[in-house]
Amino acid sequence: MIRTIAQQSFRVARPSLRQGPLAAYRCLQTQTTTPAEALDILNKQRALRPTSPHLDIYQPQLTWYLSGLHRVTGVALGGALYALLCAYAAGPALGIHIDSTTLAHTFAAVPLVAKLPLKALVAFPFTFHAFNGVRHLVWDFTKELTVKGVYRTGYTVLGLSVLSAAVLAFI
Amino acid sequence: MFALRASRNVLKSRPVFARGLASTAEAPKVPAPRIKKFGIYRWNPDTPEKKPELKEYEVDLSQCGPMVLDALIKIKNEQDPTLTFRRSCREGICGSCAMNIEGRNTLACLCRINPDIAKEEKIYPLPHMFVVRDLVPDLTQFYKQYKSIEPYLQRDEVPADGKENLQSIADRRKLDGLYECILCACCSTSCPSYWWNQQEYLGPAVLMQAYRWMIDSRDEATAKRQQMLENSMSLYRCHTIMNCARTCPKGLNPGLAIAKIKRSMAFV
Repeated sequence: MIRTIAQQSFRVARPSLRQGPLAAYRCLQTQTTTPAEALDILNKQRALRPTSPHLDIYQPQLTWYLSGLHRVTGVALGGALYALLCAYAAGPALGIHIDSTTLAHTFAAVPLVAKLPLKALVAFPFTFHAFNGVRHLVWDFTKELTVKGVYRTGYTVLGLSVLSAAVLAFI
Repeated sequence: MFALRASRNVLKSRPVFARGLASTAEAPKVPAPRIKKFGIYRWNPDTPEKKPELKEYEVDLSQCGPMVLDALIKIKNEQDPTLTFRRSCREGICGSCAMNIEGRNTLACLCRINPDIAKEEKIYPLPHMFVVRDLVPDLTQFYKQYKSIEPYLQRDEVPADGKENLQSIADRRKLDGLYECILCACCSTSCPSYWWNQQEYLGPAVLMQAYRWMIDSRDEATAKRQQMLENSMSLYRCHTIMNCARTCPKGLNPGLAIAKIKRSMAFV
């Protein structure tokens, strides 16, 4: 208490320190409110409260980055499959030929320098999503669900999927 | 020399003879100042039109305790008394000073200040929560969710002798790693699933307590507790991201507890 008053005196009443100890009391006005008024103030404050920052300030960690990647690859693979199927089904009506032979011919015409990254770009989401799916199955049996286990399996999945994607790209 | 020893002996028994020998005091060593920058999230409900900002403070680490909470208290005492944060026990048992330090949710009292003074230490309130002021988040919803799982012993009969509900040592051991939770909300607010579905998903901290009561051998409401979670939101918004276990300042593993609930509900 004494410390608080001393600090207040330093902060608030510094110029008048010489007037004696009484000048050290802070001159603050307080308002009394009824419970109803207090609730009203609280509700007004609640309506204006900001949400604290989240995604862009949270530390990059393997845990949530791999989880995000799993979802992104899943959506991309699913989306690509649907897009291809729809295009295939609507092809005759629109006059576009998307059958295996046309696709193979088109892809064969692409130069090798572009072929490799293109294949890797398709292969990696597939291999990662597949291996990470197995990781989730292991977790569902409550195995490897420690911080160490999560990192160990995480790096294993990343390594396996990069390797297998490379193999697929070079086939 | 003898006189010195004698005077020391006297000192132990009777502190009246404080000093038997005259000596010159060494000048106290003043450590070289190590100025570290802290960027602290500020928002004032009295001026809600002003956007939240990261305010910079400089603290001399050579004059400050080792933990982030020490620095916060030092800033509040010496530089800016308007800085607002919760704190109480300063030893990691109350959970009041939970906040996001250098991008990670933890307790300010258990988190050492990063000694690298070239790097600014950024401090935010717990992520994706309504801010009451500065580093103080609104935990109303979190506490309501905790209340909703009925976190107390439920059973029909009381023991015949009218005393304790006994439990074997093995059964008691099942509660280790669960009962230590202090409900600081670090894990729940580190969970992206909880960020997006806070209104319905219970979050790791609350679910771990739900599990703590499910496996308590003295509790008889396990079926009811499972029934309460049998919907798409309360439990199954957990996608095993595991930010919870990664960030828990007490080293607990809510993710594992949730997986065990899911398993117990899948294989009845």
